[in-house]
Amino acid sequence: MNQLRMPGVLIALAASVALIGCGKKEEPKVAAAPAAAAAPAAQEEIVVKIGHVAPLTGPIAHLGKDNENGARLAVEDANAEKIVIDGKSVKFELLGEDDQADPKTGTVVAQKLVDAKVAGVVGHLNSGTTIPASSIYNQAGLPQISPSATNPKYTQQGFNTAFRVMANDVQQGSVVGTYAAKDLGAKTIAIIDDRTAYGQGLADEVEKAAVANGAKVVAREFTNDKAIDFKAILTKIKATNPDVIFLGGMDAVGGPMLKQMKELGITAQFTTGDGGCSPELIKLAGDASEGVICTQAGLPADKLPNGQKFLAEFTSKYGPIQIYSPYSYDAVMVLIDSMKRAHSVDPAKYLPEVGKTSYDGVTGKIEFDEKGDIKNGAITVFEIKDGKLVTLKTEGGAMAAAAPAAPAEAKK
Amino acid sequence: MDTLLQQLINGLTLGAVYALVALGYTMVYGIIGLINFAHGEVVMIGTMVAFTVIVSLAGSGMPPLLILGVGLLVSVLVCMALGWSLERVAYRPLRGAPRLTPLITAIGMSMVLQNVAMIVWGRNYITFPPMIEKHIYTVAGATFTNVQVAIVTLAALVMIGLIYLVHRTRIGMAMRATAQNPQVASLMGVDINRVIAMAFVIGSALGAVAGCMVGSYYEIAHYQMGFMLGLKAFTAAVLGGIGNLAGAMAGGILLGVIEALGAGYIGQLTGDFLGSHYQDIFAFIVLIVVLMFRPSGLFGERTGDRA
Repeated sequence: MNQLRMPGVLIALAASVALIGCGKKEEPKVAAAPAAAAAPAAQEEIVVKIGHVAPLTGPIAHLGKDNENGARLAVEDANAEKIVIDGKSVKFELLGEDDQADPKTGTVVAQKLVDAKVAGVVGHLNSGTTIPASSIYNQAGLPQISPSATNPKYTQQGFNTAFRVMANDVQQGSVVGTYAAKDLGAKTIAIIDDRTAYGQGLADEVEKAAVANGAKVVAREFTNDKAIDFKAILTKIKATNPDVIFLGGMDAVGGPMLKQMKELGITAQFTTGDGGCSPELIKLAGDASEGVICTQAGLPADKLPNGQKFLAEFTSKYGPIQIYSPYSYDAVMVLIDSMKRAHSVDPAKYLPEVGKTSYDGVTGKIEFDEKGDIKNGAITVFEIKDGKLVTLKTEGGAMAAAAPAAPAEAKK
Repeated sequence: MDTLLQQLINGLTLGAVYALVALGYTMVYGIIGLINFAHGEVVMIGTMVAFTVIVSLAGSGMPPLLILGVGLLVSVLVCMALGWSLERVAYRPLRGAPRLTPLITAIGMSMVLQNVAMIVWGRNYITFPPMIEKHIYTVAGATFTNVQVAIVTLAALVMIGLIYLVHRTRIGMAMRATAQNPQVASLMGVDINRVIAMAFVIGSALGAVAGCMVGSYYEIAHYQMGFMLGLKAFTAAVLGGIGNLAGAMAGGILLGVIEALGAGYIGQLTGDFLGSHYQDIFAFIVLIVVLMFRPSGLFGERTGDRA
């Protein structure tokens, strides 16, 4: 759906091609600002475009907008700093695109950003769109930092351009699965996933960890990311009477699912991953969300090392944080930081610096391992109490860098 | 056994909603042979309007049931107006055009409505305020709520009303006449423009009722909710025999039940080879099998190749 956007896309494409056409030849990666070209100012100003991709339409558009707002705030903050790189004052511009959480659209939009000569990309939101898009960015030599794609495959493709600023599903899944089996003492677990790269990937990791800790998987059910009726699969799960139910999926699926569980009289403990760990879930499920246990890859927003300022600024501009906006903020900042260190806004020149990042972001210390995964990413376990996400415990993370228990390096 | 009963209850509720939406497709198709793909969006607008009315009245101290009633009424009226305008603006100018043209217009209107709804109501999920206090009943191990009972009852009443309208009133007679042969009907003094507009208006009113049901059942609304619902309802209409009222009702309920049973038992039937993510495929396999043996659907007459 939403082909309605197509004419708009074409016009935008034509416009950006035209814009690049009148850009300066000696800086092919950077489109010169029309203003600067028209009247050469005393200090040369260059415009650096940073691409951002997330679903802005469709069932998880609220999360996409949250990501984009985080990135937008970062660009505004960076511009306020009046950054000078290589003797030129730099004005950053965010080029926000909509991939509709659809892998096909994801690659189209990725190509569009490459053609628009962006200097780097923050995105995409979903693992399912990030992975196919990453090969396009890789061919173009563009650094890509995803604030939220947690599927391990993203950084296992051997691309030197792919980075992420949050812990992956192997780490998160092992925390959830272990928590369910050990802390909650679950003997039986039912697992539902939404058949997306994210949901399926996370559910598989949870299954492994739960089984490794002695729990038995009594049902493995599936839905899709656009469904709102789950009674059929829930009825089936009810018959197996599990201690814990895990959902690998987004809040838009979790909300109605919780309500329908209540109607069917299912009393099992409901758990879910970062996609369902949002204020939106509480809004959608109402009372039925009480007692839900969920995890987020990262530290709780109020415990973010430099988070208070970000939190205040973001909330006053865009309202409450959904999930990933602090991470998209940091992803933009990491790109800009790497440009500063490389003294260049040319992707070919500053790309090597991205891997060497050591940046104190609002989400903590950001350093990448050789694959592009964040080193020692934190996983936080929350419980929903009185309509709020309450932190139960945090594993790993820069705050607790000494803790050897964090399975940060545990790769498949 | 209680699982089977539960799945049947699940399917019946879902099916009642499908049936109401399917009636909107089938009425329009039966009369002018057009598949109005924007119908799912009319349902969505119905939910959204009801939501807005209910939320704005929620603080007024009126009894909840009355608020729900007002919400339903306003949403029905708005959707009737919308259905009428759709026909007037998008389809009537193309009355004599090849069949593909109004079909493409219908898809276009569907996108326009979706995007308008996104602008008006935003892209976030909307929580539909529960106006009926939910009671959960347990019978023989299966649970159902009073909302489900209300949905199935209301759907049955609306369908009986529709059958009465089509078979016992003047406008109904005019509709059946137009469906048989528009030219002859107009020669007999039937104002076919009015009849066609009425089909859209009534179909949209049913859609609005279905929209309110979906809203209060799932307590959730979204500007894209009409697309999948519309597609399923269209399938139900084809399953029952598109153009046939009883067929749309039976098709809707059948599809709902097949989906629920499919998701519940497909794993057992195939020895876990296929999981519950194949529930939609299961529904379509049934559709294909039915169409192989009865190409015009379960209750279908030879209306398909007319117009």
